[in-house]
Amino acid sequence: MRIGLSNTTSAEIAAELVRARRRAGSPAMGMVLTLIVVTGESEADAALDAASTAAKEHPARILGVILGSKRGVSQVDAEIEIATGSGGEAVLMRLQGEVAKHSESVVLPLLLPDSPVVVWWPGKAPDCPSRDPLGALAQRRITDAAAAPRGKSAAMWTQCRYYEAGNTDLAWTRLTGWRALLAAALDQHPSRVTGAEVTAQRISPSAELLVAWLAGRLKVDVRRKVSRGPGITRVRLWTKDGEIRIDRPDGRVAMFSTPGSPDRPVALRRREVPELLAEELRRLDPDEVYARTAAALLKVEAEPGRAAS
Amino acid sequence: MTGRNGAGANPLREPQDRRLPKIAGPCGLVIFGVTGDLARKKLMPAVYDLANRGLLPPGFALVGFARRDWERQDFTQIVRDAVKEHSRTPFHEEVWQQLAEGCRFVPGDIGDDAAFLQLGNTIEQLDTARGTGGNHAFYLSIPPRFFPDVIGQLKRHGLAEGGDGRWRRVVVEKPFGSNLETARELNAIVSEVFPANSVFRIDHYLGKETVQNIMALRFANEMFEPVWNSHYVDHVQITMAEDIGIGGRAGYYDGIGAARDVIQNHLLQLMALIAMEEPTSFDAQSLRIEKEKVLAAVELPRRLDLGTARGQYAEGWQGGVKVPGYLQESDIPDDSRTETFAAIKLAIDNRRWAGVPFYLRTGKRLGRRVTEVAVVFKRAPHLPFTDTDTEELGHNAMVIRVQPDEGVTVRFGSKVPGTAMEIRDVNMDFAYGGAFVESSPEAYERLLLDVLLGEPPLFPRHEEVELSWKILDPIIEHWEKKASPEPYPAGTWGPSSADAMLARDGRVWRRP
Repeated sequence: MRIGLSNTTSAEIAAELVRARRRAGSPAMGMVLTLIVVTGESEADAALDAASTAAKEHPARILGVILGSKRGVSQVDAEIEIATGSGGEAVLMRLQGEVAKHSESVVLPLLLPDSPVVVWWPGKAPDCPSRDPLGALAQRRITDAAAAPRGKSAAMWTQCRYYEAGNTDLAWTRLTGWRALLAAALDQHPSRVTGAEVTAQRISPSAELLVAWLAGRLKVDVRRKVSRGPGITRVRLWTKDGEIRIDRPDGRVAMFSTPGSPDRPVALRRREVPELLAEELRRLDPDEVYARTAAALLKVEAEPGRAAS
Repeated sequence: MTGRNGAGANPLREPQDRRLPKIAGPCGLVIFGVTGDLARKKLMPAVYDLANRGLLPPGFALVGFARRDWERQDFTQIVRDAVKEHSRTPFHEEVWQQLAEGCRFVPGDIGDDAAFLQLGNTIEQLDTARGTGGNHAFYLSIPPRFFPDVIGQLKRHGLAEGGDGRWRRVVVEKPFGSNLETARELNAIVSEVFPANSVFRIDHYLGKETVQNIMALRFANEMFEPVWNSHYVDHVQITMAEDIGIGGRAGYYDGIGAARDVIQNHLLQLMALIAMEEPTSFDAQSLRIEKEKVLAAVELPRRLDLGTARGQYAEGWQGGVKVPGYLQESDIPDDSRTETFAAIKLAIDNRRWAGVPFYLRTGKRLGRRVTEVAVVFKRAPHLPFTDTDTEELGHNAMVIRVQPDEGVTVRFGSKVPGTAMEIRDVNMDFAYGGAFVESSPEAYERLLLDVLLGEPPLFPRHEEVELSWKILDPIIEHWEKKASPEPYPAGTWGPSSADAMLARDGRVWRRP
């Protein structure tokens, strides 16, 4: 059920949420977190859909915020939606005029008591999320460098540069499958790694992070090669036993080759945003491994003259 | 996160990296009784779901063994159908392809040496072609009476020993025996061939997720533990009700009955989890020590006739459908005395629970399908209201819902709005998530993963199994001396003797 409120306030939105819940038969408020989605008008629907899907695993109050022009008379319009069944609820708010400069004042009264707050920028993110007024409300700030409208590599670098505890980027989340496979490969072949190589499409924030992670953990130089994608297409590790290689030319199935074993196919699908978001919401404490990887990326990227070969 | 190969040495794993799942090392799973319902509805989908979540090793192999004239592709097709129909996670062709390449089928009888030779060859071929590395788990999804034969065959053909750095594990399903004596026999047979830490006993009713939820609720919080004792708790009711009848399981169920089928493993395990002291840590070993202490402290009612009840469902209406009685089910003898409902009252003789009865009940064709634990508190020692004010105030209760809709309900008194002072019971609900059932792993997934990872199971070791039989054996012996179980109409909450059993103590069963 959708309820529209035009030219409204946080108090009216909050009251309507309670009324709407009552109308829906007072389902138990099992919501575990507030998820703020800061989005543009064009991508708002897709972003809120993704958030709702993720909220199936983590029942949440979803607050979509569309920031309009910051000039003119202030106006807040809202659409409220109570999901049937899952216990979650969503509000999409359009902020126009001066109030757009004070979006946190609209959002603050609508946060669930005590529960964690997560903010997600599905598209363009502020350079320093923790100092953004909405970002400051949250303990977890999710950006997506790969979704930046332009300058994706620069966006990744900026996110690493301004890392604060609680920040995370979906480019990092996309790597979990790769990282798990690589770790499992070294579980089976616990021998020293002497070199590594990551092949991916030319612009791929995830590949940069993978290079940084491997370099940081393995203490070896990691070569970065360019392919046509999609995404990351190959990772090679050289060990004393021989070469460990994961090839994923089609973004779906990878061929897993390790020394002394037959080559085996393994599903390594590129995941959709709702899945990535659900993974992010599973743990709300700072991701220390990402923090170290972000630091490592700055080291790698700072090297002058480093170019993709 | 410590792996088996001294993963401290793996530079890509660090304890803070909690995104990285544990992936089982190279291995295969051999399922005996692959044609059964359980294999199709639970095991195969769970294998697929694990693969889909990226938790199975590349090159994982699935071998089916059954008395069918199937080729490999027939078997693969059957697995595919089962997965498509029953898996929890969406079907992806690429994940399926990864699994399908590792599917093998061995036709044959359990007594057939040639079939086991072929099984041995298949496993060896998989080790070279798929890189399973000699690590294999045998899942016995077959009636317990075949266990000795299968285990004997595995031993005879050298399949039970992995050898250097390779493992072989065996998974057996409940019931673990049918009394103390047979449980010991079964254990002797299994343990002669497989060491204790290679034997995984599975109680699929009690998923690891549930166990861990109860642990977290009890021991991660401060507000429940202080009242979790005989000072505040009046009694505890543990219920597992099924709305279905025995269906096609006549051969298994008749002669076993509700007590052996459910109370011995599931309800006694739930009771132990609710009643035990805080374990020193949450590893399997410490947990087991505490559960065993509770089970060893269980005291049976002095008069078994007054402290137990049993019933057998008769024809009736269940949820708007007319259903036959137990004796009318196919393949059930007309004079069967097997109980389909059992209720028992137990005491736990320790400081925490002295004087607090634990009522356990289970049954088929009851009102609805539900498993729950209700901790019912004493009434307040003094109520500063008139009797009429609190007429509808019952006991406070905390209900741990295990299934369906896993969660917690707290019942307490609240004033009815209005000028008159009237206090009535209300519910406060917590659910583990809107679509929890969809996104939380099935019990079988957690369990198979434990088997493949070689994690010490949270599932009972034979010591616990034997303690449970020590509790149940006298009750079943008592019942066997008595007349037939009391019939109850299908779709109701059991026979009147169960109600009378609580009424004698001045209590009533909750309607779950």
